[in-house]
Amino acid sequence: MTKITKTLNLARINVSPQEERKLDSVFEYMEVLNEVDTEGVEPTSQVTGLQDVMREDEIDESICSGDDLLACSPLEVENRQIKVRKVL
Amino acid sequence: MNLNELTISKAHAGLKAGDFSAEELTRACLDRIKKRNKDLNAFIEVDEEGALQAARNVEIKTPLSGIPMGIKDIYCVKGWECTAASKILKGFKPPYDATAISKLRDSGTVLLGRTNMDEFACGASTEHSCFGPTKNPHDLARVPGGSSGGSAASVADDMCLGAMGTDTGGSVRQPASLCGCVGLKVTYGRTSRFGVMAMASSWDTISPFAKTTEDAALILQEIAGKDPKDSTTPDKSVPNYTEALTGDVRGLKIGVPKEYFGEGVEEETASKVMEAVRALEKAGAILKEVSLPNMKYAIALYYIAMPAELSANLARYDGIRFGRKPSDTGEDLMDYYRNARTEGFGEEIKRRIMIGTYVLSAGYYDAYYKKAQQVRTLVIRDFDRVFEEVDVLCGPVSPYPAFKLGENLDDPLKMYMADLLTIPASAAGIPGLSVPCGKSSGGLPIGLQIMGRQFDEETVLQVGDAWEKIRG
Repeated sequence: MTKITKTLNLARINVSPQEERKLDSVFEYMEVLNEVDTEGVEPTSQVTGLQDVMREDEIDESICSGDDLLACSPLEVENRQIKVRKVL
Repeated sequence: MNLNELTISKAHAGLKAGDFSAEELTRACLDRIKKRNKDLNAFIEVDEEGALQAARNVEIKTPLSGIPMGIKDIYCVKGWECTAASKILKGFKPPYDATAISKLRDSGTVLLGRTNMDEFACGASTEHSCFGPTKNPHDLARVPGGSSGGSAASVADDMCLGAMGTDTGGSVRQPASLCGCVGLKVTYGRTSRFGVMAMASSWDTISPFAKTTEDAALILQEIAGKDPKDSTTPDKSVPNYTEALTGDVRGLKIGVPKEYFGEGVEEETASKVMEAVRALEKAGAILKEVSLPNMKYAIALYYIAMPAELSANLARYDGIRFGRKPSDTGEDLMDYYRNARTEGFGEEIKRRIMIGTYVLSAGYYDAYYKKAQQVRTLVIRDFDRVFEEVDVLCGPVSPYPAFKLGENLDDPLKMYMADLLTIPASAAGIPGLSVPCGKSSGGLPIGLQIMGRQFDEETVLQVGDAWEKIRG
């Protein structure tokens, strides 16, 4: 499997061959980061320095109910479960 | 002067004095929308009934009471459809309000309708919308900027008095600059992201548009603060923002990053912005040239880190839980997913999902995603260093004024360059304000960007307001 086919599978989408070429030019541009020396530099994923914020895993239906959320599905709902295509 | 042309602060004074009613003010905005929206396509949908009803029932208790505002089609508003301008979410009606929306409702704001945007907030021109592009009110052949182009155009064209957008890499500041209104990107976490569809979670901010800096401060006042539903909002007190608007910049240190006036920035834009900076100096501010050497890597780092977060966030749009089914539901679940996503997402979204999925996949994570996050650290250090010496930084918002529709549409890299001067502040999570500072020889607005320290919106607003008072 090629790199691009593998990525398309992971992302669950299809794109055209022209699009694949545009992606190549974007990746080429990203190579500029290789000139930066990042030896020993911590990666940043949170900018304001907050630590993990924990809360109890409790159901809070004050925002909306589970049924309200199920009603957002375009598919049939049975026993509070969305019916989907077969998995296997 | 028509009521829809008023600023929020003037309209508030008029409402309080009983010079006109909130309903009259709302009708003036609705009339303007009726007259202009077919040309501009700034609003996707207008809730005339809901807006008029809210206006009739409003009690004037905050500066936003009775003030008609536009809302980017990425905020969950109970009772409205919400699509992020994407086909994949057609028909989705969220069952709750975003925190920013409930705060606006509590303050008495009149919600006019949904404004156009680039699909899932990805773009710099509002051309990547399944509802068609929004046009720039100053020249209908040009883009309004993006991704919050509908909100920017609606404020600049007096269809509403203020509007909500989101700024991840520049999506409020850049369209504000291109349309000639005020756009404030807040510090990361200053406003709650709850109920606003996530694009890149470590970058996204909930940010307003207005006609003046003072109005932007008034909106921020109502929406800022800790929200238990968004754990990235710190427990930090919210200052009184309008108190910061003294008009006085004497002794204030303004850094002028040379990179903001260098390569890739149009000369006319650079010189107009420099004129504004010099005027602030004349008013008593102290200028200092500074350098942000890692800024040149900001676009590359952003277009790795952002798609990575985006591809993870957009994994939830699978045609099952929200929105619409694909026309061909396929044989099995894998078919269903692929058909729903291939059909539902536009080109730019697919592109970013591909980039993001790739840079997060096994074997490439360190080379791309981790590397980008390390370079992000270096960009932040640049800002930390200069903010030891200066109070704010000033430069252009966009490297050039509004470009023509279609001009950058087929070349993703060219489009990404539009974010050159807005991404750095996003990378560092600092606030940035876009204030109009003149027009190009072609009559297109140019914006001055004022950036400050994290959670120091006050100084940023102070400088923006002072500049407006000088500009007149």
